[in-house]
Amino acid sequence: MYTHLRRFFTIALIAATCVFNLPARADEPTQHETDKVAQAVNEEEHKIEHKLEEHEAKFNIGEMIMHHIADSHEWEFSHGVSLPLPVILYSEDRGLEVFLSSNFHNEHHEYNGYHLVHGESEQIVPVDEARKIYDFSITKNVASMLISAVILILVFTSVAGWYKNSKGKAPKGFASAMEVIILFIRDEVVKPNVGPKYEKYLPYLLTLFFFILINNIMGLLPGSANLTGNIAVTMTLAVLTFIIVHLNANGNYYKHLLSPPGVPGPLLLIMIPVEIVGVFMKPFSLMVRLFANITAGHIILLSLFGLIFIFQSFVIAPVISLFALFLNFIEIMVAFIQAFIFTLLSSMYIGTAIEEHSHDHGHH
Amino acid sequence: MSLLTPNPGLIFWMLVVFLLVVFILSKFAWKPILKGLKDRENEIQGALDLAEKTRAEMAQLKSDNEKLIAEANAIRDQILRDAKDASDRTIAESKDKAAVEAQKIIESARETIRNEQAVAVSKIKKEVATLSLEIAEKVLHRELEDKGAQEKLIADLASSARLN
Repeated sequence: MYTHLRRFFTIALIAATCVFNLPARADEPTQHETDKVAQAVNEEEHKIEHKLEEHEAKFNIGEMIMHHIADSHEWEFSHGVSLPLPVILYSEDRGLEVFLSSNFHNEHHEYNGYHLVHGESEQIVPVDEARKIYDFSITKNVASMLISAVILILVFTSVAGWYKNSKGKAPKGFASAMEVIILFIRDEVVKPNVGPKYEKYLPYLLTLFFFILINNIMGLLPGSANLTGNIAVTMTLAVLTFIIVHLNANGNYYKHLLSPPGVPGPLLLIMIPVEIVGVFMKPFSLMVRLFANITAGHIILLSLFGLIFIFQSFVIAPVISLFALFLNFIEIMVAFIQAFIFTLLSSMYIGTAIEEHSHDHGHH
Repeated sequence: MSLLTPNPGLIFWMLVVFLLVVFILSKFAWKPILKGLKDRENEIQGALDLAEKTRAEMAQLKSDNEKLIAEANAIRDQILRDAKDASDRTIAESKDKAAVEAQKIIESARETIRNEQAVAVSKIKKEVATLSLEIAEKVLHRELEDKGAQEKLIADLASSARLN
């Protein structure tokens, strides 16, 4: 064993001296020659790099997928056909600045002292790095969110109009279709989980369900934004649920948190941190579940379509298309299921926080 | 990793838009829709309750009616029975009375007959006495004229007297 090691070190030492001595010895001949060689090597390297770049420019599936699921400052419907969206920046020295994202369409992606960086996701950075800016742009996701908000408001105010105008009539048409879902959410999701005071939380939970549902489904349309697969959106929703839960929680809930009944003293040292982690785990799981499900669905679909471009074969394309069609149906199901689960878990969290139990504290 | 870093601008817009949607929908959509649904449910429940109540009332009415009919039948039967009894009694009474009356009439008729008989007997007796006296007178008369003839006459008279 020892001899092996020794031999290894000796060889390593010799190799190292050779490597370090090489450039020193190469310097010795005329400067001219070495420059030429270096230039040639550089040129070769450039060529290889260029080739690699070209190859990458042809098709890079990872880049394509990231480009599709990330947010953007313009709405690209297909390659080269895009709708510029307003960029809104706030900085302390310049105040509010509003301009169209199409201004970045130049060689350096630069406008008015700002630089649009195309990394994994798009980002606007000031050229002067000392400045700090806040980006409130109407990005593709924000635009999609606004469209979904308008659709939601139009749809449900028109449904509400039907209820106002035809009192005492049997449900009919679109109103009855929505009614089925509303009743399902009210009777199967909210009522049994929130408890007798469910009516107070019903508007929030109904909006939550339909907002997630419509954005899940809109996200499946070609060329659309991936709103519910964006962590900022799911985080906002989860935090709102968290705030509602903890604003309305009763004393019982907080008491259980700080002194879980039936737990012996020494165990409290472990239990209380666990309970407190649990409190933050709930919204965190809400956030990650929706984000991961929707993003994963999009990645799978995009990977399948990417395969068509990688293989570039007439035999593969129909097979993959069929498979993608099948997955699309699954994604529609997932859109409903995830909206349902988010609403269900939100109502369960609210329900446990406002639950009155005057009887024994033995069960959880 | 950019996927996992929330963008503050998007959070801002998300908060603004989502809270606005919650507010607008709560006020202009969920309130009337949920109220409409609740009203309709109450209406349906009310109608069902009313139907149940009406059915109970109908059942009550039916049983009341049946009871009334049974009572009326009982009363009718009673009345009929009473009437029959009364008529029976009347008939029996009048029969008795008639029998008594008839007895009386028969009795009086017998009395009359007896009286008439007695009168007739006494009359006959008187007649017979008168007739005997006449016969005796006539006999006596004839005796005075012819002896044979007298005897014959007496024989005749005697035979005729036996017939009486």
